[in-house]
Amino acid sequence: MSTINETRPAEALRDGDPDVEQERADTKPLGGIAGWLDDRTGGAKPASHFLKKVFPDHWSFMLGEIAMYSMIICLLTGVFLTFWYVPSMTQVVYNGSYVPLQGVTVSDAYSSTLNISFDIRGGLLIRQIHHWGALIFVVSVFVHMTRVFFTGAFRKPREINWVLGTLLSMLACIEGFAGYSLPDDLLSGTGIRAMNGFVQSIPIVGSYVSYFIFGGAFPGEAIIPRLYSVHVLLLPAVLVGVFTAHILFVVIHKHTQFPGPGRTNNNVVGFPLMPVYMAKAGGFFFIVFGIIALVSAVVSINPIWGYGPYDPSPITAGSQPDWYMGFADGALRLLPGFLEFDTFGFTWSMNIFPGSILLLPIMWTVIGVYPFVESWVTGDKREHHLLDRPRNAPTRAGIGVAGITAYTVLLFASGNDLMAIKLHLSINDLTQLFRLLFFIGPPIAFWLTKRICLSLQRADRQKVLHGRETGTIWRYPDGRFEEIHAPLSPFERWALVQHESPEPLRISAEADENGVASPLARKERVRAKLSHFYFNDRVAPPTPSELEAAHHHGDEVDEGHLLTGEHEAIDPATTGDSSSTPRETIKADRKRST
Amino acid sequence: MSDIQITPPESGAEIERHEEHAVDRFDNPGLPPHIHRAADDDPEAGKRAEKQVATLFGLSMLATLVFLVAYFAIPDESTFYLPGVGLSKTQNVVLGLSMGFALLFIGIGAVHWAKTLMSDEEIVEERHPQRSDDRSRAAAVTTVLDGGANAQLGRRPLILYSLTGALGLFALPFVLQIVGSLGPVNAPEELKETIWDPADNDGKPIRLMRDPEMTPIKLSDVTNGSVFHVMPETLQKYIDAGHGVLEAKAKAAVILIRLEPDLIRVQKEKDWGVDGVVAYSKICTHVGCAVGLYEQTTHHLLCPCHQSTFDLPDDCNVIFGPAKRPLPQLKITVDDAGYLVAPQGFLEPVGPSFWERSR
Repeated sequence: MSTINETRPAEALRDGDPDVEQERADTKPLGGIAGWLDDRTGGAKPASHFLKKVFPDHWSFMLGEIAMYSMIICLLTGVFLTFWYVPSMTQVVYNGSYVPLQGVTVSDAYSSTLNISFDIRGGLLIRQIHHWGALIFVVSVFVHMTRVFFTGAFRKPREINWVLGTLLSMLACIEGFAGYSLPDDLLSGTGIRAMNGFVQSIPIVGSYVSYFIFGGAFPGEAIIPRLYSVHVLLLPAVLVGVFTAHILFVVIHKHTQFPGPGRTNNNVVGFPLMPVYMAKAGGFFFIVFGIIALVSAVVSINPIWGYGPYDPSPITAGSQPDWYMGFADGALRLLPGFLEFDTFGFTWSMNIFPGSILLLPIMWTVIGVYPFVESWVTGDKREHHLLDRPRNAPTRAGIGVAGITAYTVLLFASGNDLMAIKLHLSINDLTQLFRLLFFIGPPIAFWLTKRICLSLQRADRQKVLHGRETGTIWRYPDGRFEEIHAPLSPFERWALVQHESPEPLRISAEADENGVASPLARKERVRAKLSHFYFNDRVAPPTPSELEAAHHHGDEVDEGHLLTGEHEAIDPATTGDSSSTPRETIKADRKRST
Repeated sequence: MSDIQITPPESGAEIERHEEHAVDRFDNPGLPPHIHRAADDDPEAGKRAEKQVATLFGLSMLATLVFLVAYFAIPDESTFYLPGVGLSKTQNVVLGLSMGFALLFIGIGAVHWAKTLMSDEEIVEERHPQRSDDRSRAAAVTTVLDGGANAQLGRRPLILYSLTGALGLFALPFVLQIVGSLGPVNAPEELKETIWDPADNDGKPIRLMRDPEMTPIKLSDVTNGSVFHVMPETLQKYIDAGHGVLEAKAKAAVILIRLEPDLIRVQKEKDWGVDGVVAYSKICTHVGCAVGLYEQTTHHLLCPCHQSTFDLPDDCNVIFGPAKRPLPQLKITVDDAGYLVAPQGFLEPVGPSFWERSR
């Protein structure tokens, strides 16, 4: 098949294995329903091609699957809910079987949600599966995104799919917000009330947009039916459409794979869809569904009967949105009031507007453009199908963790009241702490992550050059003790040595031979600086000659290394050029010379 | 076809990339040897795996049967105490667990089947560059250009311009229909009004009523430190009409509290209250949640949504949190019958900020 297969030494071990490509004597002709279909569609060829498609194996590739399955679960259970839910704000007197609310005037929406919970058999279960499924959907989308980010799976040719995924994650949050507002209970109504405040804070058009959305004064009778059509029609259609494109791109691009022996940028090593992934991925759908059903069986979620119907006057302490909207709520809690000001009699609500209306589009734009920024900075225009181990891209990992830290601070800030109560702390101190953390947390997280990644890289180097610690201590005749290091096999070693470690880009000529400054000079200077930021701190992957050298002086038990506890080596490629010598290497150099 | 430039050059000559030292690199060792599993070689192990998978699928069927029986057998109102969770609806727990296990066992069975019996030998599929080859790209350009030429777009710009115009205008009716029918446009004025305006009550002062009982409040009812959630007498009209109640409440909600008169630090606050009884809008000036939490000891009003904290003795000025403006005060007096009344409405808009608020 490929050059790898021809040259790989392991091939000999497979002698006697059946040849997959071999023509089979017992091939059955396509007949019956399948034949009927193929006569009319010609689908046999693409279908067999698709069924033979190879997917690589890794636990983190299941995160996207969880997202896909929980979305499907929400679609299925959502259809069930629409049969009984009434999207209307008409006030009715509740007379269902939930005694404490009998005789209370509530909206149709609230009353029908109570009916689903109490009077439709199994309705509560489906409602809880729907809500738990939605929460798990958004979690898995986010975790899937971080996997894609930290492994660099967004790189060419997958940038479009990253943007689509970004869009999906934003739509998922909005879909969730629209969904949990539908029961028209006190908690979600308070959420809509806050949303009205957000909308009103938009400069110039805010009051009109609010009246536009609510069809008049808040709360009106329009918002629930409108959210309903957004939640069950508009957004699901867009979500399913974008999701289909997302999956289609996975098929077109073929799945990325982690580096490993036999895996290259030009192949994909794994198991075929038929039968292995059919069983594994299909089975996983049932596992995800099963677990969500088990959770929904015992853990109550959004008990709206306890909140009561929406009324603008009462309120419950600890009013919080579903977790995925928490970061926006947290931003609103942290923005200080003095940011609001008046000019010429007009009010600028800068304590509300940036944290509510602007935050979402800004956050998702930053996420969406990241692949393009990175590829511009690194100047890397090649296709990448092999994933980075996160440690091998320390700056990217640092940026990612910094972003997650900022997000997490906002998320935690949305629980500042509960934390204050449970931990007996002052809510004012907590809020001030979060304000501070929002600014100093990300840089610290960036620095820490980057250092940890570089250390892990160094540990990898050490492992490659000096072998794996065996845990066996040898005592020598002269009395000294040493731990025996076992050399890595080429298969074990490959994942630790295969990566690239680019050096920063350098400006070669700021002016041409006539002394005329290049018009691109400034842009390129910025780029060179950013490239320096990305790649200056680097640990070069070990090379065969380094391994040779390590073996040469001292084998696995090098005295010097045992004394210092450090196993560093100079990257021979970089020592010649002192101006661009990465800091890591200089440090290593010093240690060796002492 | 020189205009179909394929690979963008490495961003000009200004930056050069260090040569990768490709020579001194390890070689990819190729796929590791395939290690056989027990079931690959041992027919007994294979048989065992088969039984395990079948058992899992069997358990799933059993769980489904439990669901079917429970659906009919368990009454709606039955509850029980589930350890670690609390009082639970029996039906929900049994239906959920049986459904969950029915699904879970199918999944675990399928995965176990795949892991023990299906081939675990890795297969290599080749990748190809994502881009089309140069000829196909050239052909695509030719097709588009020929098509354009055939349609005479370049030669007849009038068609192009008029088509653009028609398509652009065509979108307007849809936008107009939506915008035009989505709501009234007197928003800024309405946002400033509440039903505390005596004009709503034929010019008479408006009684303060308990929410939601809608009974009037005597001054003597308001003991020291007590908190009343208050609605205007005028709300009754809306309740009777069964229309616009929540809209009216959303702006009219008021909180009534009695303080020691000596505690009050602002003269206006004293003047607009009666013997230390003061009334403030309950709608947060941040995003409009109800400021429902009153801390007796510190005399702070706290909004549970975003923790804006208002200092009651200091005219409800913001002392912490994201709100900027104090809660507006409602002037109250006592009428001849001894009930609390509001002789005038709010003098400033209540609730969250909006663009035209201070106009």
